[in-house]
Amino acid sequence: MTPLKVTIVASLVAVGMLGVVFELIRRRRLRERYALIWVLTGVVLLILGIWRHGLNTLAGWMGIKTYPPSVLFAAILLFVLVLLLHLSIVISRLSDQNTILAQKLALFETEMLEQGRATGEGSEREQPKA
Amino acid sequence: MSAVPDRPASSLPPEISRLRRLAIMPALNEEGSIGAVIDEIRAFDPDFEIVVVDDGSSDRTSEVARSRGVHVVTLPFNLGIGAAVQTGFRFARANGFDLAVQIDADGQHDPAELPIVLEPLLAGEADFVVGSRFIGEPTFRSSFTRRLGIRLFALIVSAIAHQRLTDTTSGFRAVNRRGIALFSADYPHDYPEVETTVMVVKHRLRVKEVPVRMRERAAGESSITAMRSVYYIFKVLLALFIDLFRSSDIHVEDA
Repeated sequence: MTPLKVTIVASLVAVGMLGVVFELIRRRRLRERYALIWVLTGVVLLILGIWRHGLNTLAGWMGIKTYPPSVLFAAILLFVLVLLLHLSIVISRLSDQNTILAQKLALFETEMLEQGRATGEGSEREQPKA
Repeated sequence: MSAVPDRPASSLPPEISRLRRLAIMPALNEEGSIGAVIDEIRAFDPDFEIVVVDDGSSDRTSEVARSRGVHVVTLPFNLGIGAAVQTGFRFARANGFDLAVQIDADGQHDPAELPIVLEPLLAGEADFVVGSRFIGEPTFRSSFTRRLGIRLFALIVSAIAHQRLTDTTSGFRAVNRRGIALFSADYPHDYPEVETTVMVVKHRLRVKEVPVRMRERAAGESSITAMRSVYYIFKVLLALFIDLFRSSDIHVEDA
């Protein structure tokens, strides 16, 4: 059976986490699309923490006989992995977008400089040549 | 055609003068050699336009190139060779070029061999031409790991392409409008040469290898050190494996 203290601590941690996430969203420091996975983590932890019978049943299904709260560790570990993967995906997308931005900026800059040079020199040629 | 054409290297077929042609030169800290390479291309064919893509150099690469009056695209920070080369292809696409040749700024590719690389494009035999160091007389020496990797890639890519390819890591390559369209839409990142060949094949563009000679580098150091070779091999192998499961979704027919 899950010790009562474990239930209390786990529930408090889950509630605290949900509170922090909520506050971050409210202050617009965390976007909803990235917060969703954090909210899900908090809710699942809270359910597993409060619902002691459920935790025990789950532990039984997973073949954990000696210490049911191990399920909590397993759940947290799983969510940490999912979160890290999610972050890697986000970073990959950002870095792709960053590359495209840098390329476009550089190409526009070249175009601008060359136009400026062509008109500034009042030259008859469109492409400035040395 | 597997032998070097027997005509003087300086002669281009007359039909080329109607085509707008661009040399794409990715450069990272090549102030020592880039001026000479630009001069060589100009001496060979004055109407060849040149775009230097400065991939975040800390030296005067951009200034040296700009003083020669070529197009210079200076990236705001280092994006890596793949994104730098792609910038050149985007420049080619935006400005309506018909042919684009990628050529190293360190002087290891001989501009006198441009006709050899452009020939199959002009003849309409290929959309993508690679200057291979391994057809004809061997002129390329390298470390054991690098040669092993290059051989391995050649075997794999040949199998995917159903065509014998000897040099998939060469950076001396030319494309027509279809190739420009494909590369400006999508280009691999870190070590792009091997992957681009597979990409081209999967998009049903025609690939052809022609023999070229490599010269000693005029200045600077190779970007691939011995330590990185193993990482390079594994990274490219993984990328090739994943490429097999990718669909070819870029349409270049109307380019």
